Amino acid sequence: MVAKRKAKPVKPAEPDVTPETLKQFFHDMLLIRRFEERAGQLYGMGLIGGFCHLYIGQEAVVVGMQAALTEGDTIVTSYRDHGHMLACGMDPKGVMAELAGRRDGYSHGKGGSMHMFSREKNFFGGHGIVGAQVPIGTGLGFAHHYRDDGFISVTYLGDGAINQGQVYESFNMASLWKLPVVYVIENNRYGMGTSVDRASARTDLYHRGTAYGIPGEQVDGMDVVAVHHAGIAAAEHVRSGEGPIILEMLTYRYRGHSMSDPAKYRTRDEVNRVRSEHDPIDHLRQRLIDGGVATEAALREVEKKVRDIVAEAAQFAQDCPEPDADELWTDVLAEA
Amino acid sequence: MSSEVLMPALSPTMTEGKIARWVKSEGDSVRAGDVLAEIETDKATMEVEAVDEGILARIVIPEGTDHVAVNTPIAVIAANGEEVPEPAARPAAKPPPPEPRREPPRDTGRAGNGAAPPASVALPISEPEYAGKTVTQTVREALRDAIAEEMRRDADVLLIGEEVAEYQGAYKVSQGLLQEFGARRVIDTPITEHGFAGLGIGAAMAGLKPIVEFMTFNFAMQAMDQLINSAAKTRYMSGGQMSCPIVFRGPNGIAARVAAQHSQCYASWYAHVPGLKVVAPYTGADHKGLLKSAIRDPNPVVFLEHELVYGESFAVPDDPEFLVPIGKARIARAGDQVTITAFSRMVKLALEAADELAKAGISAEIVDLRSLRPFDIATVVASVKKTNRIVSVEEGWPFAGIGAEIAAIVMEQCFDWLDAPLRRVSGKDVPLPYAANLERLATPQVDDIVAAAREVAYR
Repeated sequence: MVAKRKAKPVKPAEPDVTPETLKQFFHDMLLIRRFEERAGQLYGMGLIGGFCHLYIGQEAVVVGMQAALTEGDTIVTSYRDHGHMLACGMDPKGVMAELAGRRDGYSHGKGGSMHMFSREKNFFGGHGIVGAQVPIGTGLGFAHHYRDDGFISVTYLGDGAINQGQVYESFNMASLWKLPVVYVIENNRYGMGTSVDRASARTDLYHRGTAYGIPGEQVDGMDVVAVHHAGIAAAEHVRSGEGPIILEMLTYRYRGHSMSDPAKYRTRDEVNRVRSEHDPIDHLRQRLIDGGVATEAALREVEKKVRDIVAEAAQFAQDCPEPDADELWTDVLAEA
Repeated sequence: MSSEVLMPALSPTMTEGKIARWVKSEGDSVRAGDVLAEIETDKATMEVEAVDEGILARIVIPEGTDHVAVNTPIAVIAANGEEVPEPAARPAAKPPPPEPRREPPRDTGRAGNGAAPPASVALPISEPEYAGKTVTQTVREALRDAIAEEMRRDADVLLIGEEVAEYQGAYKVSQGLLQEFGARRVIDTPITEHGFAGLGIGAAMAGLKPIVEFMTFNFAMQAMDQLINSAAKTRYMSGGQMSCPIVFRGPNGIAARVAAQHSQCYASWYAHVPGLKVVAPYTGADHKGLLKSAIRDPNPVVFLEHELVYGESFAVPDDPEFLVPIGKARIARAGDQVTITAFSRMVKLALEAADELAKAGISAEIVDLRSLRPFDIATVVASVKKTNRIVSVEEGWPFAGIGAEIAAIVMEQCFDWLDAPLRRVSGKDVPLPYAANLERLATPQVDDIVAAAREVAYR
């Protein structure tokens, strides 16, 4: 472990976010938004099958968090993972091709939407079982601790996963052994169709580590700058050897749980209100323009650039062949 | 340039749906991401968004229309300032033809059909004869030495589990390891199998080589999801990018007088799963050599031990480079009139049965399977071709057990060599009872093996 410094306050004075960083946030969030919309459309055309969980509405969480990390830190999340992959710097073409089950997808078409990985980008999935990524992410933190390499694990989970038993088994061990893990709870208010208050005895999820001595903080997950600041402080806390920390990001998903969502468990007004009043991208756009950081024209350039990236990814996925039949038998076991 | 908005499908099986509502009207300007309309089926609703900016020039299918075929144009988006011509009458577009489906190669369980062999079948493996120095030690000592040697050899190897450190192992397998390697590498966990199995898997994905001890495999059921869904499948699901070099080990099978929840053989459960390797040795040498191979293996290995074997003594190779290959059975005793397959503690009973059979003039060949996945089909089939008769022995339940798998293998690969139907000797098909007499009735005994062998030999 890096030299054990004295505990840093969880909330240091907010560092300035440079104009360049703000513009990058806008680009990254918009890329996720447009990518996900296109994924929804490709699903509609039958080019993407099975389960497909879109991240639309939650973009500020992963973009603000990832920008707070160091290269070498490790990331793991659940099945609503497309945004995380893009924010980790994975190639949109490879992600979209995997969604379409094609040869040049990140998993050669064998993983699909919920199971994608990138060793190069330290992205450890993409896990389809609710909560299962939490012990795994804790194990990533264990490996950093064991190797004393100064890196940290960022383990994302949803408000649905927070009631899984293995999450608390993980919290206990992470705190007991002072593992460098930031647990990011993406509270989008619904676990599938069940609202947090119908599933959780206490709805302030950042308290969930209290029994294990893990500090927690609630963050406006629709504000990328707030997320970023919280992420920097949390990363510093765990990197200094103080043990894990929990960040509860209050966010919202605009789309259904998956593509076959009956949309009966919440009102349209609720969705529209969040969209019109709290959209993370609109919010940042306004901030950029009001602050004189970017002009309307400059942002349109970004939009065009993003549209081209997404169009290219979609075309790549559609043009890419299915995996060869031989691929059925590969990668079950490694050569001993 | 104008573009058509097509009727989307909510699922791969949906062929038509209803336009519930148009959110935008003709003439509205739209930006990428704006919701244009809502589509619904009896089960679900979905929003259709604009891909590009422009003007919603025409709504082709009005709201409320039901039974709209998938991929029918439902609207036209024009670039700003563009005229949109009236559409020529055209039939509703058909969905694109599905990509031609290539049939996957059929898994017949046989090599040589052009496809890669299934991972459940061992490839031919050579195992050099060990002629070096041996020491007499118990299985528990052989396991301890295997772990210690591998921990000395590779700093990424660590031991984690309940009571492995201070207590020196619930079954005393890890005696002295804490003293030699320290608390950083020999780690006591809280009683949280699900959590520490998953933690070990995450650490393995990050490149460490954890040995996860389950106090018994009965408790590993708490961790089953992590073993199957995370450890076994991730290499495949990642297209080979991710690796999970981990060993799950501990006692398996029927112990003495601890009743149903603490006495069960999980061999067939794990052997069922592609992406795992599963071994269940009997001798001290095999425990040592296979555990060392398991620790060095880049795949997740389930290493099934047996409480009633820990105290047995064997001649064990005293050589840090002694390895036993995973996937290779061992002829524990040669014979030519009946084949008896067994693994783990049942090898001991099979050998005793062979002694009894010899007195009756029946020559039994005992195949110690050692590895259950990959499975050494070649050795079993070769033995059956010699003896023409086979009995399988296991502690587990008969239904869908290892014996059932062997019966299928023999049917597929050497049916014409059989002079009698295979017989299974297994644990009885009940939860294991506590009472001494009932426990004895429920578990395979030497007499059961002798009787089954005589039955297939018609003697």
